[in-house]
This record gives sequence, C-alpha cells and structure tokens, in this order.
Amino acid sequence: MHIVVCAKQIPDPETPPSAFRIDAASNKVVPAQGIAPVLSQFDGIAAEAALRIKEANAGSKVTVISLGADSAAAAIKQVLAMGADEGVLLNDPAFEDGDSYTTAKTLAAAIKKLGDVDAVFCGRQAADWDMGQVGLLIAEELGWPVSIIAKGVTSGGAGLQVQRVLEDGYENVETPLPAVVTVSNEFGEPRYPKLPQIMAAAKKTVTQWKTEDLGLSAGEVGKAGSRLKLETLSLPPKGGAVELMPGDTPAEQAAALVAKLRADKIL
Amino acid sequence: MPRNILVVGELAGGQPSSTTLELLSGAAGLAEGGTVSVTLLGTGATAAAAGCAGATTAYANDDAGYDTFNGERWLTALTAACDQASPDVILIGQTTAGREIGPRLAHRRGSAVAMDCTSIVAEGGAIKAQRPAYGGNALATYAFATSPAVATVRAKSWDAVPGAAPSSTVALPGAGESRTNVTGKEQVVAEGLQLQDAKVVISGGRGLGSAEAFSVVEDLAAAIGKDKAAVGASRAAVDLGWYPPSQQVGLTGKVVTPDVYFAVAISGASQHMAGCSGSKVIVAINRDADANIFGFAKYGIVGDYKTVVPAIIEELKK
Ligand SMILES: Cc1cc2nc3c(=O)[nH]c(=O)nc-3n(C[C@H](O)[C@H](O)[C@H](O)COP(=O)(O)OP(=O)(O)OC[C@H]3O[C@@H](n4cnc5c(N)ncnc54)[C@H](O)[C@@H]3O)c2cc1C
Ligand SMILES: Cc1cc2nc3c(=O)[nH]c(=O)nc-3n(C[C@H](O)[C@H](O)[C@H](O)COP(=O)(O)OP(=O)(O)OC[C@H]3O[C@@H](n4cnc5c(N)ncnc54)[C@H](O)[C@@H]3O)c2cc1C
Repeated sequence: MHIVVCAKQIPDPETPPSAFRIDAASNKVVPAQGIAPVLSQFDGIAAEAALRIKEANAGSKVTVISLGADSAAAAIKQVLAMGADEGVLLNDPAFEDGDSYTTAKTLAAAIKKLGDVDAVFCGRQAADWDMGQVGLLIAEELGWPVSIIAKGVTSGGAGLQVQRVLEDGYENVETPLPAVVTVSNEFGEPRYPKLPQIMAAAKKTVTQWKTEDLGLSAGEVGKAGSRLKLETLSLPPKGGAVELMPGDTPAEQAAALVAKLRADKIL
Repeated sequence: MPRNILVVGELAGGQPSSTTLELLSGAAGLAEGGTVSVTLLGTGATAAAAGCAGATTAYANDDAGYDTFNGERWLTALTAACDQASPDVILIGQTTAGREIGPRLAHRRGSAVAMDCTSIVAEGGAIKAQRPAYGGNALATYAFATSPAVATVRAKSWDAVPGAAPSSTVALPGAGESRTNVTGKEQVVAEGLQLQDAKVVISGGRGLGSAEAFSVVEDLAAAIGKDKAAVGASRAAVDLGWYPPSQQVGLTGKVVTPDVYFAVAISGASQHMAGCSGSKVIVAINRDADANIFGFAKYGIVGDYKTVVPAIIEELKK
C-alpha cells in the first residue's frame, strides 16, 4: 500500500500567549523569538498511523508531502526520520497566502502526480488555523471517500477500517481504497525517531515541485486562487482582572468564594 | 440586501437540535428579506420541521437511512436542497456532521467554508465570518470570494429566538448510496447530566496528578447538585487516560457555556479556553499565581486543589 502523509509546519502552538504577536499591517503572526516552528501535532500522529500500516503490510511505502516554504523541509525530515520513505516539498512563491482550498488543490495535484497512491492521511486539523478541512477537500478534489477524526486505522475488509471519534462515542467505518483519512490525538503518541534515523533522514533528498510541475497555473494557487480572503487577524479581547479570594487558609478562601457565587445568584 | 440562507439542521431526540435553532435565529438576522430554509434528515424529520422557528421552507426526508450520519448520503440530499433553495449563505453547526459537511458541501457548490465561526455578520452587503485561530490566541475575519458563503458555527454563538413554523415542507430524496459504511457504533455518554446542559461545569486538569484525584472534582459536583453540575477535563488529563474523551472541554473537545465554570489545576491554554470562555463566570483554582487561567477567571484561589476543593465542599454544606 502506498500512503501519502500530508504534513504541515506551523508556529509552535505551545507558544505562551504572552509571546504571541500579530503584525496588523500584514495580518500575520510574528514568529516568537527563539521558538522554532514545529510539525503540526496531528500530522505526526497521522504519520504514525501510516507507518503502522506500512509495518503491517510488507511492500508498503509512505510518502510525506508538505506545502510550505524552505523551512518546511524540517517537517518532512521529521516524518522521514520516523520511517517514511520519500518526501516532497511543494515550494513556490506562488503558493503563498493561499487558503485551505488552494492548499488542498495543490496537495491533490501532487498526489495525482505520484500516481500510485492508495491512501492519504492528514491531521484532523492544522494546529495553527484549526480549520480541519484540507483532508476533506483533498478527497473532494480526487473524488475519493473520506473518514475524519480517526482514533484508529488498520488495513482490512474493503480497504481500511477506521475508528472515528464522535461527540458521544466512537464508530467503526469501512472504506474502500483509495481513500482519505484524518487522524486525531486519540490515536496516541507518535514515535520518537532515534539519532541514527534522524541522521539518515538528514541525508535523504526531498523532491521539490513548483506550480508548473503540478500542471497548475499561477492563477489557481496561493493568494490568486483562494476563495476565502483573510481580512483581519487580531488579538481577542481580554477579560477583566481576576478577583483573588482573600484569606489565609483554604477554608477562609473557600468561604469568600462561595459567598461571592451566592451573592451573584449563580450557585 | 436580501439573501437566501440555508441552515443544515440536525435532529436531537426527534426535535431540531439546539444548535439548529441557534442557526435559524442567526439566519433570520442575515436574510434581510431573503428566504430562510432548513434541511432535516432522518426519522421524524418532517414532523420536527414544524419546530424550525423562523424558516419559511423546510426540506426534509424521514428515511431512517439518514439516522446515522453518513457524509455521502447527506451530501446528496443537501445538494438537492441547495439546487432548489439557491442559498447565498449556508449555515452548519460545528458538530460531528458539520465538520464533514462544511468543507465537502462548500467544495461541491464551487465555494469555500469558514470553520468553527463564532460570529457571522453582513457588512456593507458582504458576509464576514469571524473565527478564532491559533488555538484561540487570535481572531480572524474572512470574506468570501465565491458564493455561497458557507460557515460552520460554534454552539451558542447565537441565542435561539421564537418564530413562525415553516409554511411549506419539500421532500428531499431518500438515502442513497455511500462508499463508506458504518459497521459499528459505541456510545460513550457520561451518565446523568450532559456537559453542555449543565449550569455548572467543574473541569480537572493535569495538575490533579492522577485519575483517582478526579473523585475530588466529582465530589464538588455532587455537593453542588447532580442535576446542576457536570464534570469535564482538559485534554492533557484526557490524553493521560484520567478521564473519558467525551468529557474533554476545548477546541478539540466540547464547547460549554455554563453559569459557572470551575477550572481546577488547569493552566488555561488557549485551546482549552476555546471550549469554556463563553461561561458567565470562570473560577480558577491553581497553585501557580501566574497561570494563564487567572487572565480569564472572574474569581480565583491560588492554592493546592487538595486543600481548596474540600474546603469549598465543606463551605457548600453550610
Ligand atoms: C507560505 C504560506 C503562507 C501562508 N500565509 C497565510 C496567511 O497569511 N493567512 C492565511 O490565512 N493562510 C495562509 N496560508 C495558507 C494556510 O496556511 C492554509 O490555510 C493552510 O495551508 C491550510 O491550513 P488549514 O488550517 O486550513 O488546514 P487544516 O484544514 O486544518 O489542515 C488539516 C490537515 O491538512 C494537512 N495540511 C494542511 N495544510 C498543509 C500544508 N501546507 N502542507 C501539507 N499538509 C497540509 C495536514 O495534514 C493538516 O493536519 C499560507 C500558506 C503558505 C504555504
Ligand atoms: C490543536 C490543539 C488542540 C487542542 N485542544 C485542546 C482541547 O480541546 N482541550 C484542552 O484542554 N486542551 C487542548 N489542547 C492542549 C492545550 O494546548 C494544553 O496542552 C492543555 O489544555 C493543558 O492541559 P492542563 O491545563 O490540564 O495541563 P497543564 O498545562 O500542565 O496545567 C496544569 C496546571 O495545574 C496546576 N497545578 C499543578 N498541581 C496543582 C495543585 N496541586 N493544585 C492546583 N493546581 C495545580 C499547574 O500550576 C498548571 O497550571 C490542544 C492543543 C492543540 C495544539
């Protein structure tokens, strides 16, 4: 089975809110000093899901694709170090400032170009914009079935057996191949690559494709092709100051709190 | 400018879900003289359509084949509804179904979706969708270059309002084919009061230190009243296996808007706050006075939950 993992590099979502800055003029997040960008957490988990299927099915292959600038090669290398076989970076100034739609369209074009792909694994959502739609849009672009927010994926039956997380439990879904699956944190932790694997991955060449390599035109990708236009990006309004409960002992503080809540008539 | 709005409704217990009613109220404000229609799929849909206050037309089908959500079956029906209603705006709840329907339906209509929006307004004749991004650290506002403007909307973004029942109901096709098949379902629902319905939510975080420590949080819920208070958890606590995923509050969990939200040993990461910042009052209990949660809380106690929470329980008994 040939599985493609879509991996996105993002600003570290664990960046403390105090270090989070926006440049209002460009509507962009200012990278926090000294905090390196990371592989979006759910994409590492999607890679883990793909690698487990590869290991269970001899002759399988995993290709990792990222759309991003030069720095996104680091995200690809990380998934290669985990055990993926090949990496492709979709890197072209024309891709910049796209939306989920152009991102999916570009990724889908790359998947078509690879040709022999049986499944595409994405994260449930990119942990920066949190849209949760690129996997679904890739499926629509390719005309493939899709199962989202998986906590388990195995090969078998008609193609893949997917255990999905619902609001009120789980459901098992069977999907034929080729198919798209998006993976959630309930799947479990991704493996940590060991040093020799990291060194081997560092030596691997990452294929780079541009707009014309994908048979797309500049008007279809990036900002030019996008359907959703980001108008403003701002910091959310801050809440008022906290009122700390007075008292020297937990009992006194608890009494003050309960009195407050009762006075507000909410308890 | 009159615009036609289509609400993708969902059923809950044979009635339009609370989110559906919220979306209908939002739709009424955006229509500006255009039509508001609603879709309902599954057993009892036609009868439930009468409860869709504010919609002029309901598109429904009672086929039980729609009861278990299946994206492909729903999309066929929703496409038929779109062909007839010609919506300029499609509103969908940010639910299990909505997360899948939003992007797929938008793509099939040649347009785009903004996911998990907290506000949709008509401004200068155009639809603007506002949504949190960067885990809640930022607020993004989008315009649409294509039509229809599709948005999935976070629960409680609008208040449901009373309104007239639809004057006509149009039958949608019955459930058709799907390539994916649901082969089994396991319901994991907390007993008793559900998180979203609770007037008081008490959530525990990684700072509790163990699964057993959640009993202290449950004791506080019991002291407030089992009919009023429900227990939630941060993702860190859920990922550690201390509490069931169904009780996770936050961006990738549930959104709750209780009268009081107790955050016990929770640091207040933006992704957690995305699920509870709409609460009327947030109470933070944390031993770190610099914890982010105090930036959101109305009331706070700096201290060890092991002594603070039992003290609150004692006080409530008085
Ligand atoms: C250089 C550059 C600059 C950009 N600047 C902006 C900007 O300023 N404002 C703006 O709104 N958008 C910008 N974008 C586009 C934005 O990053 C896209 O919206 C994004 O790629 C899709 O994010 P999402 O939140 O919709 O992903 P989701 O739909 O949440 O992603 C779900 C999954 O899809 C896959 N995926 C998503 N994106 C990629 C990717 N790039 N590569 C590989 N897999 C991926 C991952 O598996 C991910 O887990 C930019 C993109 C690029 C390449
Ligand atoms: C894309 C994405 C989605 C996410 N979705 C969610 C989500 O839906 N929900 C969610 O919760 N998180 C989510 N997260 C994770 C989030 O970023 C945080 O990692 C998580 O919320 C931290 O949980 P916590 O506050 O319990 O743990 P921590 O951040 O470790 O905080 C523990 C707190 O307990 C306090 N403490 C320790 N001991 C005691 C004691 N004895 N008494 C009192 N206080 C004590 C500490 O001071 C600390 O503030 C998401 C992250 C990403 C990237």
